[in-house]
Amino acid sequence: MDTEITLRVDGAAHPLTVDTRTTLLDALRERLRNTSPKKGCDHGQCGACTVLLDGRRVNSCLVLAVTVDDAEVTTSNGLAADGQPHRLHRSFVEHDAFQCGYCTPGQVCSAAGMLAEAQAGWPSHVTADLDAEDVDLTDAEIRERMSGNLCRCAAYANIVPAVAAVAAVEGVRR
Amino acid sequence: MTTIDRLVGAGVDRIDGPAKVRGTAAYAYEQDPGEPIAHLAVVQSTVNRGRITRLDPSRAEAMTGVLAVLTPANAPRLAGDLASDLPVLQSPEVHYQGQVVAAVVAETSEIAKAAVGGVVVEYAAEVPDVVLSADRDDLYAPEKVMAGFDTDSVIGDVDGALAAAAVTVDATYETPAQHNNPIEMHASMARWDGDSLTLWDANQGPHTIVSDLVKGFALEPGQVRVISPYVGGAFGSKAFTHPNQMLAAMAARVVGRTVVFELTRQQMFSLVGHRTPTIQRIRLGADPEGRLTAISHEVVEHTSKISEFAEQTATATRVLYAAANRRTTHRLARLDVPPPTIMRAPGETPGMFALESAMDELAVALGIDPVELRIRNEPAEDPERHVPWSSRHLVECLRTGAERFGWAGRDPRPRMRTEGRWLVGTGVAAATYPTRRRKADCRISVDGRGRYVVEIDGSDIGTGAWTTLSQIAADALGVGLDAVELRIGDSRLPRAGGAGGSTGLASWGSAVVLTARDLRRRLEEQYGGQLPADGLVVDGGVGGESPHAKTHSMHAFGAHFVEVRVDRDTGEVRVPRATSVYDGGTIVNAKTARSQFLGGFSMGISMALHEESQIDARLGHYVNHDLAEYHIATNADIGELDISWLDEPDELANEIGLKGIGEIGITGAAAAVANAYWHATGLRIRDLPITPGKYFRELGLT
Repeated sequence: MDTEITLRVDGAAHPLTVDTRTTLLDALRERLRNTSPKKGCDHGQCGACTVLLDGRRVNSCLVLAVTVDDAEVTTSNGLAADGQPHRLHRSFVEHDAFQCGYCTPGQVCSAAGMLAEAQAGWPSHVTADLDAEDVDLTDAEIRERMSGNLCRCAAYANIVPAVAAVAAVEGVRR
Repeated sequence: MTTIDRLVGAGVDRIDGPAKVRGTAAYAYEQDPGEPIAHLAVVQSTVNRGRITRLDPSRAEAMTGVLAVLTPANAPRLAGDLASDLPVLQSPEVHYQGQVVAAVVAETSEIAKAAVGGVVVEYAAEVPDVVLSADRDDLYAPEKVMAGFDTDSVIGDVDGALAAAAVTVDATYETPAQHNNPIEMHASMARWDGDSLTLWDANQGPHTIVSDLVKGFALEPGQVRVISPYVGGAFGSKAFTHPNQMLAAMAARVVGRTVVFELTRQQMFSLVGHRTPTIQRIRLGADPEGRLTAISHEVVEHTSKISEFAEQTATATRVLYAAANRRTTHRLARLDVPPPTIMRAPGETPGMFALESAMDELAVALGIDPVELRIRNEPAEDPERHVPWSSRHLVECLRTGAERFGWAGRDPRPRMRTEGRWLVGTGVAAATYPTRRRKADCRISVDGRGRYVVEIDGSDIGTGAWTTLSQIAADALGVGLDAVELRIGDSRLPRAGGAGGSTGLASWGSAVVLTARDLRRRLEEQYGGQLPADGLVVDGGVGGESPHAKTHSMHAFGAHFVEVRVDRDTGEVRVPRATSVYDGGTIVNAKTARSQFLGGFSMGISMALHEESQIDARLGHYVNHDLAEYHIATNADIGELDISWLDEPDELANEIGLKGIGEIGITGAAAAVANAYWHATGLRIRDLPITPGKYFRELGLT
């Protein structure tokens, strides 16, 4: 069965007729040929397809395209404003926080979503004081909060300082 | 060599970095084939051994949007003598579970996936034989093991030396089957233009894929082009051709338009190889001062019924330590499993877990510090080939690592340190991996304005080759990075071996350096050092192994120091910190090299604590065939990693002095973790992975 939707991706609106079985990830990759989000498992297990949906990180392989008709989808490429790389982009390159680069747009979107969660005061599994108003993104916090994104090249030890540098600039790391 | 000292060594940011972080670097399936793409999905065998007795595709064929269903009855015949699992859909015989028995091609991926369920297949099946054991009566000695190594090596009188030794260790270690699981799943997109085939493909070297397609489709090499500029990880599984390339090309020919076959994660556990499980018996004999008198390493592992893949598991044992009496053997069982393949440091990775665990056990038995024990057994020359080392700095790695890690003053007794519920221990292990070089061709062109184009069919699977090869080229040409345009990952480029065996940069880099030298010499001799207005094109390359390879033993080395914490109540294992020091020869890019080292080492932690492909002995399939059940290390599993290297170029190895660093990091890493685990708990885990359950098993609580 087909349904007509409008996907709003990285600031542009795309009217689209989709099979109701189509995931947001496949709509982006196979229909719009926006291949910034990657497919690494198609089952919400690896995080390579992470995008921001109205600012919150989601595994786009677990979202049906027909359910996001009215939402704003942001990919890693969409985080770049006016052609300028996002500070996470620059930090990932500077810290060599990837090797093959395939999980990386998902890591970047996840980091962007995670920084917003920290700014909103959300605690994590490793947060000692659940009532604290301010989150301090220590290395342990970053490791925990970024663990939904697998990196088989295992650039983890570089992803942590890459995210930490941006967290410090954004005031969520002391 | 005076030109190679400006960019080489610097921590240059990845050239492909900005595109990769934004997601605009186009991997295989992300390339534009120039026409709408049809999608292929496969029906896989649910039995391990048998024959298809009935296959009815009619329900799938009737579905709207289905373009074709390929079966053994109607699939195009493949020509040639294709090996292993490459003759896809050529016969009703089934050799392993997950084998492709039919393929649906459809307008969309949703339709293709749904139509797979519309293909009815029935089998006459036999009971699968999938369980490896050391006491099987059908174990055999292959003619050679991987990479051309001898199957066995026997020197001196091992049994006599063991009987006479003051101290011995006799232990059996096991490593499970493992799956490579690069995050980019294998994907092949094929388009035919007349009799010419273009394949956008995820692989470690386009030329390797071309030769199998040429064979299978009875084409001339010029009729096949494989394009792979960006590859989303590989770790060995993308080194060789697998069914996906054959199928995509076959299906595109049948439906007359571009077809993509992107594997599912689940299919990554049956169609693109795995690392064999191993059972390894190690016996060590030593005198009271800890000098080894005998080393015996006997390996049992598996291969498939349709291919022989003999992992070279004991070969590191042939080079690591001195001992007059030595024996290494490899024996295989042919099982009803998918064909195994190479996975990061095949041989060294499982083999070094066993050897370096046994060395730790020997150190304990002798009451000698494990760092000191290794130093006492440092061989002056290759202990089996009896040739000098091109360079070997293992002792320096051990000493430097011990210093950086804070090893001095360590209480050798196990289970002496606790912090709250954590049992804390430290461990050490050595690392080694061979240094080799392969034949590679190269072309360098320069225009009248000083723009250089360097062309070579190298491959960047995450290694940093886009950047490191550009650095090498710029230095060799005596120009800046921005004057060099590198082209790799396309079979139209000059032929080169793939990224594998840590040979990539040694081979491609040497080819680039030699071609650049030739170009500069010609400019000097024929044009008085001036660039000719219409430019110059020079073809060159490197013939293969270093001229010194026959007379010298060439290897990278390293040492890992690891702290392990084990929760005394739950058995949870953490690795909060580690130090690794490497002897990798010239380091071309300080930034990307560090990533290679820490990535390899982290995969070793993953192997030590998580990775295990579990096969169902009755039903014959890998049960945990996805990333929710096949666990790999994630961010929270990796602690502080202190990575460093010695600045010791190996002048005999190749034109750059590098040793190859893609695999050394994982070798020995799992043993270092297991040794630290023993120090923390007093429990010796000899079968990976070290899961919480094994803590209770060793305590006799299960």
